[in-house]
Amino acid sequence: MTNPILETRNLTKIYGQNVIFKDINLKVNEGETIVIIGPSGTGKSTLLRCINLLTSNDGGQVFLDDKEITAKGHNADEVRQQIGMVFQNFLLFNHLTALDNVMIGLTKVKKMPKDKAKEKAMEELNRVGLADRADHYPGQLSGGQQQRVAIARALAMDPRVMLFDEPTSALDPELIGEVLGVMAKLAKDRMTMLVVTHEMGFAREVADRIVFMEKGSIVEEGSPDDLFYHPKHDRTREFLWKITELYGKKEKEKGAVE
Amino acid sequence: MLRSPAPTLYPMLSNFFSYIVQGTAITIGVTLVALPFGLLLGLLMALVHTYGGKIPNRLAAIYSLLLRGVPPIVLLFILYFILSGKVINLTPFWAGSLSLGIVSSAYQMEILRGALLAVGGGQMTAARAIGMSRLQAIQTIVLPQALRLAIPPWSNEASIVLKDSSLVYALGVPEILRRAQQLSATTQQPFLAYGIAALIYFVLVFATNRALDYLSERTKLPTHP
Amino acid sequence: MIAFYEFFVRFLPDMLKGAGITVLLTAEGLSAGFILGLLASLARVYGNKFIRGLAVGYIELFRGTPLLMQLFIIYYGLPGLGITFSREWCAFLALGLNSGAYQAEYLRGSLLAIGDGQMMAGRSIGMSRAKTIWHIILPQALRLAIPAWSNEPVSLLKSTAVVFLIAVPELMAKAKSIAAQTYDPIGTYLAVALVYLAMVYLLDAFLRWVERTTRIPGFEMEGRKA
Repeated sequence: MTNPILETRNLTKIYGQNVIFKDINLKVNEGETIVIIGPSGTGKSTLLRCINLLTSNDGGQVFLDDKEITAKGHNADEVRQQIGMVFQNFLLFNHLTALDNVMIGLTKVKKMPKDKAKEKAMEELNRVGLADRADHYPGQLSGGQQQRVAIARALAMDPRVMLFDEPTSALDPELIGEVLGVMAKLAKDRMTMLVVTHEMGFAREVADRIVFMEKGSIVEEGSPDDLFYHPKHDRTREFLWKITELYGKKEKEKGAVE
Repeated sequence: MLRSPAPTLYPMLSNFFSYIVQGTAITIGVTLVALPFGLLLGLLMALVHTYGGKIPNRLAAIYSLLLRGVPPIVLLFILYFILSGKVINLTPFWAGSLSLGIVSSAYQMEILRGALLAVGGGQMTAARAIGMSRLQAIQTIVLPQALRLAIPPWSNEASIVLKDSSLVYALGVPEILRRAQQLSATTQQPFLAYGIAALIYFVLVFATNRALDYLSERTKLPTHP
Repeated sequence: MIAFYEFFVRFLPDMLKGAGITVLLTAEGLSAGFILGLLASLARVYGNKFIRGLAVGYIELFRGTPLLMQLFIIYYGLPGLGITFSREWCAFLALGLNSGAYQAEYLRGSLLAIGDGQMMAGRSIGMSRAKTIWHIILPQALRLAIPAWSNEPVSLLKSTAVVFLIAVPELMAKAKSIAAQTYDPIGTYLAVALVYLAMVYLLDAFLRWVERTTRIPGFEMEGRKA
C-alpha cells in the first residue's frame, strides 16, 4: 500500500476572527482525481492555495511525496514547480503570446534552452488543442481558449499534482465544455488532480472521489456513487439535491458531458 | 559644517521664522489670486469649448495648446512684461499672480472639460426635454455635477499653483523663496533657511489637499448603498 | 516681418544651443527620474515597512515642494553643509529627484493595477517574487503606464526652464541674454515660447508613436475579453 502522493494533516487557516477551515485531513493518491464541492465561501479555494503554498497556513502540515513542504526552510518556489495550479480567472500573462506563456516557466524557472522549451510548449498546447493559436495574445483568445492555455502553462512544468480552482466559473456556458473536456482527458491519462468546482456532471463522471466541504471542514467524502446515491449526512444530501436540480436541467439541455 | 548654535539660537530662530512667515502670506496671496482667476477663466474656456460652435471650439483648443505647451515661467515673463508695461501697469505681485492665473486657466480648462464630458450629453438632453434653455441646463444640471467630479484633479492643480507661486521669485516678489534666499545670505545658514521654507510649503500643500479632500467628501452625491 | 526674420537669423543659432541644453537636461532628468521612480514605486508596493517609509518620505518631499526650491536648496543650501556641485550637476540632481517622485506615482498606479493576479500566476509556476516582478509584472506595468507617464517628459521639458535662475545656459537663459540685447523682452520671449512649443509638439508626437508601437494586442486598460 503506497503512501498518498499528497497529504494534508490538520491543516488550518484563520483570517482575523474567522476560521476559514480547521483540521483538514486529506489524502490524495497518485493518479486520483478528487473533486471538492461545497457552498461558496467555505474555504475551498483557500485550501488549494495553502496546498501550493501561495497562502500561508495557521496550523497543520502538507506533505508531497512524503516530504513536508510546509516545513520551515523548504523552498516554496520549487514546490510550486511540482504542484500546478489553474485559476478561476485564468491569469495568463497578458504581455506574452500563448506559446510564450507556456514557455516562460520552462526558460526562466527550469532554465531549459529555448528550442527545447519551444518544442515542449508546442506539445502542451497541442495537448489542449490550441497549437494553431500559439502566436495569439490572451486578449485575442476566448475565455475557454485562455483557460486551456493556462492549463497548458501549468502542465508544461510537469507537475506531480494539478490543482484546479473553479476553472470554469468565469466562463460563458458554451465555453465550459471545451475546458472540462481537457480536464477529463487529463484525468484519464492518470494525472493526479484536485478540482474545486460546481460542475456536478464532471464530478459524477470523472472524479475518483468527491469531498464535500462546508463551514470549514470536510463533511463527507466518498466515491461519486456513494455521495450521490447513498449520502451519509443530511447536509450532503441537501446540497447535492439543490445543485443537481440546477445542473441536471443544464445537463439535459447540453447532453452528456464529453 | 554648520556653525555650532549660539546661545541666541531661540531668538534667531523666531526671527527667521517671522521673516519667512511674512513671505508665506505673500505666497498664499499669490495663490489666492491666481487659482480663482484661473478657475473663472478656465471654466469660461471649458464651456466655450464644449458648448460653443465650431470656431469657438477651435479657438479654445488653440488657447489650451498654446498655454500648456510653453513653460509657465516663460509665459510668466511674457505676461508680466505686458501687464506691467505702459498700457497696463500692475505691481509685480499682481502682474505675477494674474499671469499665473492665466497659465493655470488652461490646465483648469482641461480638467473641467474632462468633468463636463464625464457628466455626459444625456444630462443636457434630459434638461432640455423639460424645457430648460441651454444656459439654465448648464447652470442647474450640468455644472453642479461636473464641479463635484472635478474636485480631485482640481486639488492636484491647486497644489501645482501653490508650488508655481515660487516662480514669481524671478519677478522680485518677496514670497517665501526670495525671503529664504535673503535669509540664507544674511545668516549664512542656507540649509536652515531653505529647510524652513520647505517645511512651510509642505504644510501648505498638505493642508490644501486635506481641505479639498474634505470638500470632496462633503459634496459627494449619495450612491446606491 | 522682416524684423522677425532678421531676429531669427541673428539669434536662432544661440537659441538652438540653448534648446540643446534644454533637451539634454530633459533626457538626463527623465532617465535619472525613471530609475529613482522605479525603485521608489517598487519599494512602495513590495517593500517592507522601513523601505516603504523611505520611499513615501522621498515621494512626499519632492512632490510637496516647488522644484525651484529644491533647486535652490541643492545649489545654495548644500554648500553650507560642505557639499558643492557644479551648476549643471545641481540642475541635473534637482530635475532628476523631482521627476523621480512624480514618475514613482505613475508607476505605482500601474504596478497596483497589474499586481495581485499576475503575481499569483507567476508564483504558481514556481517563479520567485523577484522573478515574477521582473519577467511578468514590470513588462506589463511599464506598458500600461505609458499613456499616463507620457505627461512626464513634456512636463519635465517645461520644468527645465527654471534652471536659468542658477545660470545654466539652457534656452530660457539664452532668452534672457537675447532680451537684454534686443531691448524687446516681449518679442524675445514670444520667440522663445515658439521654440518651446515646437519642442513640446515633437516630443508629444514621439510619445504617441511609442504608445502605438508598444501596445499589446487586445490588452488595454479597459476592455478585456473573457
